[in-house]
Amino acid sequence: MAAKLAFIFFSMILTNNYVLVKFLGICPFLGVSKKLDSAVGMSAAVTFVMVVATLATWPIYTYLLEPYGLAYLQTIVFILVIAVLVQLLETIMKKFMPPLYKALGIYLPLITTNCTILGVTILNLDNGYNYIESIVCALGAGLGFMLAMVLFSGVRKRLEDAQPPKPFEGLPITLVAASIVSLSFTGFGGLIETIFGM
Amino acid sequence: MSIVLAIGIVAGLGLIGAAILVIAAKYLTVEEDPRIGEVTEALPGANCGACGFAGCADYAKAIVSGEAEVGRCVPGGQKCADAVAKIMGVEAGTAVKMRAVVQCQGSCDKVKTKYEYQGLKTCAAVTLYGGPSACSFGCMGYGDCVKACKFDAIHVVDGVSVVDPDKCTGCGECAKACPKGIIAVRPVSAAPAVLCSNKEKGVATRKACTVGCIGCMKCVKVCPSEAVKVENNLARIDPEKCTACGECVKNCPVGAIRDL
Repeated sequence: MAAKLAFIFFSMILTNNYVLVKFLGICPFLGVSKKLDSAVGMSAAVTFVMVVATLATWPIYTYLLEPYGLAYLQTIVFILVIAVLVQLLETIMKKFMPPLYKALGIYLPLITTNCTILGVTILNLDNGYNYIESIVCALGAGLGFMLAMVLFSGVRKRLEDAQPPKPFEGLPITLVAASIVSLSFTGFGGLIETIFGM
Repeated sequence: MSIVLAIGIVAGLGLIGAAILVIAAKYLTVEEDPRIGEVTEALPGANCGACGFAGCADYAKAIVSGEAEVGRCVPGGQKCADAVAKIMGVEAGTAVKMRAVVQCQGSCDKVKTKYEYQGLKTCAAVTLYGGPSACSFGCMGYGDCVKACKFDAIHVVDGVSVVDPDKCTGCGECAKACPKGIIAVRPVSAAPAVLCSNKEKGVATRKACTVGCIGCMKCVKVCPSEAVKVENNLARIDPEKCTACGECVKNCPVGAIRDL
């Protein structure tokens, strides 16, 4: 059990990284990775919402949608639930945890429509994970997101000083850099499986 | 039957969610000063950052909390400052209108060239070689500032950039784009300006350009209000002390000081 959880956790960070391997959440990956602070803030918010969203959507799917044959409503229901959750979290945090609210700032509402969150909640169910496995998976996915963001913010800092040819300036060179970072993550393929013997 | 169930479940979840949010909004709201919203409305909403804050909303917050004064908004100008001041119940004062000034008038006929340049036609590229102009401080006239200007307010005329005072909003984009750093953004006033950036000694400046400031100190001597200073062989006018009497403009032997 513990081995399986550890396997899920680490494979989500390295071999199944949501951003660099599954290509979900590219928008914040490119949009918020300019500065290290905002990259960390955004990833912390994403990780937090991922776990909370999984906590809520897994029971809804398993005990409400599936028994009545309504699995096809998954997407729309999950979007609804995640939107409500994020809004609620924002209100609660503003009231009781102002420092955290300030730190996450504008990133929290941005996450409402983030496809990584929806991706994690849906893929958890597709993979047939149980409740605990899903939560661990969501946590791993969030930390994987953070790893990708932090790594890439470092790359972008270097990019700013570089002088690419004029047509490559700005977004094009950033996309090229992202693809190379993504390519480097394929190097982890099979690593986790070998370590945990799965 | 299943369609009713589907609608029921989604509607039910929606209602539950809405109920939770309504309760949360009712019991957990943090009281915010309503003026923050009003001030944000009164600002132009361009989020340009000219006020020094992260955006209009951020500036509004700073105004309401008393950290910032009204009238820092450059695009909004006087009208915006008045509107904000009305909400805050304070005197607007006068919003200082800013304008860019190219501190160089070394057009093609006035400044000598060292060599013919045939490379990339951007100031940033030319700066790498120091530029073909004999004066290494002055405007090169390749128009990086023209490209940076969003208001069509700066143009290269005869090899030197000239600001159109009617169109300039003082946003400072041209000053950021200029690799030589010779564009100054200064408050609009009657005070004249030294249109030269050459810090070399008088003799060297003279050789390179006929309208360069040679640091002769004449303007310092004739100024009745001690507003002119010469630092690094270059005259500079303190607009706060300047009374715009025009003595320095009249007495400058090279014509580097001009009324704007």
